[in-house]
Amino acid sequence: MKKGIFKTERNEKLTNDVYAMVLTGDTGAITCPGQFVNIELEGLYLRRPISVCNLEGDRLTLVYKVIGKGTEQMSRMAKGESLDLLTGLGNGYNTAYSGGSPLLIGGGAGAPPLYMLAKKLINEGKRPKLILGFNTASDVFYEEEFRKLGIEFTITTADGTYGIKGFVTDAMKVCGEYSYTFSCGPEPMLRAVYDESKTDGQYSFEERMGCGFGACMGCSCKTKYGYKRICRDGPVLEKGEIVW
Amino acid sequence: MVDTRVNLSGVTLSNPIIPASGTFGYGTEFAELYDLNILGSISFKGTTVEERFGNSTPRIADCESGMLNSVGLQNPGLKAVCGHELPRLAALYRKPVIANISGFTVEEYVVCAWAMESQDNIGIIEINVSCPNVHGGGMSFGVSPEAAAEVTKAVKAVTSKPVYIKLSPNVTDIVSIARACEEAGADGLSLINTLLAMRIDLKTRKPVLANKMGGLSGPAIFPVALRMVYQVFEAVKIPIIGMGGVSSAEDVIEMMLAGASAVQIGAANLKNPYVCKEIIEDLPRVMEKYKINSLREIIGGAH
Repeated sequence: MKKGIFKTERNEKLTNDVYAMVLTGDTGAITCPGQFVNIELEGLYLRRPISVCNLEGDRLTLVYKVIGKGTEQMSRMAKGESLDLLTGLGNGYNTAYSGGSPLLIGGGAGAPPLYMLAKKLINEGKRPKLILGFNTASDVFYEEEFRKLGIEFTITTADGTYGIKGFVTDAMKVCGEYSYTFSCGPEPMLRAVYDESKTDGQYSFEERMGCGFGACMGCSCKTKYGYKRICRDGPVLEKGEIVW
Repeated sequence: MVDTRVNLSGVTLSNPIIPASGTFGYGTEFAELYDLNILGSISFKGTTVEERFGNSTPRIADCESGMLNSVGLQNPGLKAVCGHELPRLAALYRKPVIANISGFTVEEYVVCAWAMESQDNIGIIEINVSCPNVHGGGMSFGVSPEAAAEVTKAVKAVTSKPVYIKLSPNVTDIVSIARACEEAGADGLSLINTLLAMRIDLKTRKPVLANKMGGLSGPAIFPVALRMVYQVFEAVKIPIIGMGGVSSAEDVIEMMLAGASAVQIGAANLKNPYVCKEIIEDLPRVMEKYKINSLREIIGGAH
């Protein structure tokens, strides 16, 4: 974990309520995809945890959905503003067990960390496949960026306005063989993916956090191997330890 | 050269800054950021006889100048604390620490205190009779003078270490409870614990916390804590550890002027993990600004 000041370089609107913010600063504490940063915002006591979407040198990309006061404040930020971040938080995804053709499944605001994960898997010489689920066509974001990775990529929308009509699990049924499952999204989706998946896997959870670095026990959950803190021992849990 | 040393019942602290129980774990996470040995002491995560998960999540809520928690005393239980956590903490921190303990019966407080008695690195035992997040136990001992006195007497009987009672602000008259603890033999008092509070989510129209209510901490409660320390200081002779929203060196001095011999820093650690270090480094400057040579000289100075 590191604490540092970052400068906003860009802050773009991607959909009605999803934004991409590029920040520059000391990213040295970020070691793997699936980790998050905790952002101090004016007038809010607790920091806001946001997952890392991409990392290139000292440039950090956060893709976030506006859901409350904190993310709303972020969405209004212009270039050149300063933000106090705790970085390198959470365990992140471990790619050691992925096999050659892992399946990545994201839902809505859970898609961003899969971008950095897909890049890492490609760098390791693996052939990841990707399924992203959204509610409707206008909610789809980051499609072009994911397409540029050159991997097998399916989009589903619940109302059928774009891609395959249905849920990510419908796409899973027809995606062929895969060696491992990585997932991030709302809990009902994670559960459905967990039930549908034929392989071992890692699932990224979210919870309301106090500190974000393991001190306050605010975000604990029960696992088969004892109590874990989503912020420190997670947010990524292995399939074999999850208790729903 | 200003003198930041303070004394709590014979335990000398190099400065009055103590991370508060429940906001610092057993120090592990903070030891990655700075050398814990700069701290006056550490009040580690509250211990109960049995392991506890605590309440259901969500158990954290935000507010304008503070936060609510309904963690509910999650801890690995007395045996794991004494066997694993305390040796690990001793390796990170050389000075005496404060053992915060809770119970659901008087006997459980006694069992915890008795186990802490034989731990060399414990300087003070802090009895939590004020956790607002545990039904049927915890706070019920802190809301009546008789019950608080009963716990104090029972714990004093099994330990030679100084016993501090951590008091609840969720009472009509904190002074009468403080007096009852002093009469029952308490060596000191810690105040205040969190204030019972609530937030409601406008989208779901339900309380944010699964437990519905939780304890409010942070700058929002500082003036309340300060007032209670001031009142209790006038009523008792035993030392007070002041806490509740302390976030800066100025707050430390204000709390000591109200009557605190030392202070605990709670919620601020969660917002800024470096806050204790920054306050300790800032204290000499602020002392000089306000012409304070020794912190011990200002305790209760506002009276």
